[in-house]
Amino acid sequence: MTLAQWVVSPFLDYGFMRRALAGACALSLGAAPLGVFLVLRRMSLMGDAMSHAILPGVAAGFLLSGLSLGAMMLGGIATGLAVALLAGVVARLTPLREDASFAAFYLISLGLGVLLVSLRGSNMDLLHVLFGTVLGLDDAALLLVTITASVTLLVLAAIYRLLVAECLDPGFLRASGGGGGWVHMGFLVLVVVNLVAGFQVLGTLMVVGIMMLPAAAARFWVRSAARQIPLAAGFGVLASVSGLLVSYHFNVPASPSIILAAGACYLFSIVGGPQGGLLRAPRRMRASLTS
Amino acid sequence: MSKAPVTIELADASFGWHGHPALKSVSGCFAAGGMTAVVGPNGAGKSTLIKGIMGVLRPMAGSVRISGGGRSELAWLPQAAELDRSFPVTVLDLVAMGAWRRVGAWRRFRHDELERCMHALETVGLADVAGRGVDTLSGGQMQRTLFARMLVQDAPVLLLDEPFAAVDTHTADDLMALLCGLHGQGRTVIAVLHDLDLVRDHFPECLLLSGSVVAWGDTASALSDAHLKVARQWHARAYA
Repeated sequence: MTLAQWVVSPFLDYGFMRRALAGACALSLGAAPLGVFLVLRRMSLMGDAMSHAILPGVAAGFLLSGLSLGAMMLGGIATGLAVALLAGVVARLTPLREDASFAAFYLISLGLGVLLVSLRGSNMDLLHVLFGTVLGLDDAALLLVTITASVTLLVLAAIYRLLVAECLDPGFLRASGGGGGWVHMGFLVLVVVNLVAGFQVLGTLMVVGIMMLPAAAARFWVRSAARQIPLAAGFGVLASVSGLLVSYHFNVPASPSIILAAGACYLFSIVGGPQGGLLRAPRRMRASLTS
Repeated sequence: MSKAPVTIELADASFGWHGHPALKSVSGCFAAGGMTAVVGPNGAGKSTLIKGIMGVLRPMAGSVRISGGGRSELAWLPQAAELDRSFPVTVLDLVAMGAWRRVGAWRRFRHDELERCMHALETVGLADVAGRGVDTLSGGQMQRTLFARMLVQDAPVLLLDEPFAAVDTHTADDLMALLCGLHGQGRTVIAVLHDLDLVRDHFPECLLLSGSVVAWGDTASALSDAHLKVARQWHARAYA
């Protein structure tokens, strides 16, 4: 078997592989650019927290109407935003800092979510919610992921300048009449919607991986946010393709393979990336000694 | 320049954080065309006052009134420490933020705005680093960049929060000369400063704070020994 065959034939031969490819790539294109902003705003753990926060809503939707995509989606968005708001309120009203109150709420959410899923579903259902069904995407799921990715990219383009200004100097933006608070909220909504759309593909836990890992990797290759965004999306697509191929040829589960492929991309970037990668470290040290 | 002269009036205004007042019952007026230094010990409420005037902080009591155009007539140079300097943008990007009121989130950044930014960078002596990342700047270069952003705002009232903190004397001299030039064009200057000699040399009016107004008026009498002693004693009590 030639390399070209190795790469192309699984997708030519099987419809479910093509669907998986489309779903995972669409998810990468929407989620990875959001990850770039999460990394730049030092909110990397936020994605993680939100992915747990959507779980009870998804589970409640599942309890009420079985494997209905719409119900699970609405539930997930509702609890995700509720946790974000509650954590913000607690941080404002009490001395507890926002990261701690976030952690508290998402841990409660995780417990509640797992409890709800096990109330009615089997262990298999729980596994599907937690780890996704990338090789069994139906039309509805595929449509949801692609619409989410399209809307995400359009909204991100629209609020890009606001988002950068808000990250850089929020006080100045507010003093210049630029709003600001709603930009942050809108961004969080995008994160939650992408996590909810992605849970069908990679599962609630691992969808964060395709959001954060390509973004963290891109940071090591290019400086500006404007370049990190397309690069992160590209890394996400690369991880999707290679993860699916590894999964197919070596008969291992698909979603962990995709996340591990993104992880490999990240590890390679840490070592080889020109923007602060480890291989450049000795040169930097020399430069700082001579200057 | 704007049509009506812009004055800032505070009536018994108090400002604070998380429900705790940091600056109590300020009453007075910054007249159009004035040049006022705001001085006082750490924690006296200097930055709080500036943020209250800029509208970033709402007064807990009393009111701030800006007559002759409102907040769009105010340009602000915040403390450099309040920026996320690790965020990957260029010096030009940061300076361009000064055009926010004219360009906003969605309008095209036109050529004349770009020229205005480049001109501001030339004025502060940073034209050659326009394309560099803000994380590579020294303290002095950062203050020059923020100064350029304030120039791009092109407002009749300038509020500066410690513009000479962490800068070399060369930069401080340059920026002080620019500031005097802007005042000479008829702009109102309100600056938070630490260096009392600089205040005495260049600022006709002075506002001395220590949790409330100690003195507000012409610099020589505001910075009298008696007033400075009051401020020092307040600081010693507050941080004992």
